Amino acid sequence: MEYKLTFKDYSKALTKGKLLGLKCKGCGNITVPPKMTCQECGGTDLDIVEVKKQGKIVTFTNVNVAPEGRQNEVPYIIALVKLEEGPWIMGNLIDIDPATATMDLIDKEVSIGFKVFPGDKFSPGDQARPVFSFL
Amino acid sequence: MRKVAIVGTGHTPFTFATEKTSIELFSEAAMDAIDETGLKPKDMQALYLGNCLGDFTEGQAMIQSYAANDIGAFHIPATRFEGACASSSLAVRDAFIWVASGYYDMVLVGGVERAASMGTSLATRTFAMFTDSHYEYPAGLTFPAMFAMLAHLYSKRYNVPLEKLKEQMAQVSVQSHAYGVSNPKAQFRKEITKENVLNGFMVTSPLQLLDCCPFSDGAAALVLVSEEKAKEITDKPVFITGIGQASSGRLSAQKDDLPRLRAREESAKEAYDLAGIGPSDVDVCELHDCFSIASLIAAESLGFFEFGKAGEAWENGETKIGGKIPINVSGGLKAKGHPIGATGASQVAEIYHQLRGECGERQVEGAKIGLTDTLGGDGVICTLIMEKGW
Repeated sequence: MEYKLTFKDYSKALTKGKLLGLKCKGCGNITVPPKMTCQECGGTDLDIVEVKKQGKIVTFTNVNVAPEGRQNEVPYIIALVKLEEGPWIMGNLIDIDPATATMDLIDKEVSIGFKVFPGDKFSPGDQARPVFSFL
Repeated sequence: MRKVAIVGTGHTPFTFATEKTSIELFSEAAMDAIDETGLKPKDMQALYLGNCLGDFTEGQAMIQSYAANDIGAFHIPATRFEGACASSSLAVRDAFIWVASGYYDMVLVGGVERAASMGTSLATRTFAMFTDSHYEYPAGLTFPAMFAMLAHLYSKRYNVPLEKLKEQMAQVSVQSHAYGVSNPKAQFRKEITKENVLNGFMVTSPLQLLDCCPFSDGAAALVLVSEEKAKEITDKPVFITGIGQASSGRLSAQKDDLPRLRAREESAKEAYDLAGIGPSDVDVCELHDCFSIASLIAAESLGFFEFGKAGEAWENGETKIGGKIPINVSGGLKAKGHPIGATGASQVAEIYHQLRGECGERQVEGAKIGLTDTLGGDGVICTLIMEKGW
C-alpha cells in the first residue's frame, strides 16, 4: 500500500505555508502529522486535507541543555499544540523570552509557521518543524 | 506454559564513566550470575542481551555474539534487544517466553550500557533518538524535555499547583537518594535534601538537575531456568509469574491520554492478569524513575495510587519501607544509576534479592510478590511480576 502523505511532502507543504493532515473517511477524524493509518481508528481510506494553522498550547518546556550540535539554540521552548481539528503537534514557541515562560502559557492561542532544522550527522537533510506565535 | 525461575544474578557497580568495555562489564555480571547457580557458561542455551547505544558509545554493534563468546558460551544463539531504556526488560520477557515454552531449559539474560562514557552532549543527542526523529526531534526534543512537558501537563490536568508538584517531585528524589545509601552497587550513595533539589540547575523547566537520573555505566545479568532445573539448583527460586509489554506512537499522537502513558496501563494489565494478582498484592516495586515526575506517573498507572495523588503518597511516606507500597528501595534509577541497557535486568535483580530476603538495611520484610516497570523512550513499556517460590 502506497504511503499517502510522506514526511517529505508534509514537510515541503509546511515550508510553503500549508499544514496538511489526513481525514479519515471511516471515522471522520483528522491525523496530523501523517501516518499510514488513521490515528483514531486505524482506517486506511484517507484524504489529504489542509488544516487551519491555529491551535492552543497544551504544554511546554524551556530547554537549557541541548543535544550535541544544537547547543547554540538554547534556551528554547518546545510546545505541544492542540489544533482546532483535534490533533496535537510539536514545535517551538517563538516571540517570547524563554526565561519568562510560566504555566500561564497553557491554553494560549497560537498560529503555526515553520522553521527548517538542517539536520545533523544522524538525520538526513532538511526537516521542517512547526513554530508557534501568539495570535 | 512451564514455570520459569530466576536462580542467579550478577550486577556490576553502576558508575560514572568507566574504562571497562561493554563486553568486559557484561562478562563480569554474567559470570557472577552463572557462578551463583553452580552451572557453567557452556550450559547456557541462549543469550538475550539488552544493549541500546553500543553503536554510538564504542562503535560496537552486534555485541551479543562477542559477549557470548567472551564468557565461553561458544556458538549459542545470542540476540540483542533494543527497546531504549527498557532493553533488558524486553530481553527478560523474551527469555521467559522461550523457557516457558519448553524450547530452552537454561538461558542467560541481561544488559549493559556505557551511557556515562558518552558524555552529556552525545548522550543527550542519542537519548533523543528515543523520540520521533522526523516529526518531533527537529523541535529540539530531548528526553528530559519530554518528561518536563508531562510535568506541566500533570500540574494542569490534575490541578496540582506547579509549586506543590515541584515539592512532591523533590521528595521522590530525596527518598531515592536515602535508599541509595544502603545499596553498595549504587552510583550515588549520599542523602540529599528537598532544598538541594529545588535549588538545582534548571535542565528543562520544570525539571532541575536532581529531578533527573544520571548517565551511568554498568551491567546486570540473570540466569533463567525451568522449574525442574531450578529444583536442582536452589531451595529459593524466584518465579516470574507475570509479563506484559506494550508500545505506542510518538508523544504527540498520544495526545489526550497524556500525562498517562496508555502503553503502561496495557502492559501492567497483561502482567497482573497473567499472575492472577492486582496492585494491592504487590509487596515491593521497582519502577522507572528516569525523572521524578516519571515516578508519579508510573505509580498511578500501575494502580498503586489515584491519578494526581501519587505525589501526596511520596510525601506521606506511603512509598517507603513499611508504607503502602515500597517503591525503588534500591535507590531507583535516580540514585542507583541508569545504564539504560542494563536497567531492566538490574530492577529484576533487586526484586529477586528482596524476595529472597537478602537486601540488608533496605530489605522489605516478608516480601513475597514484586513488580518491575521499565519504560523505553515514550513508547515501549515492560512489566514483570515475580513471586517467592518456596
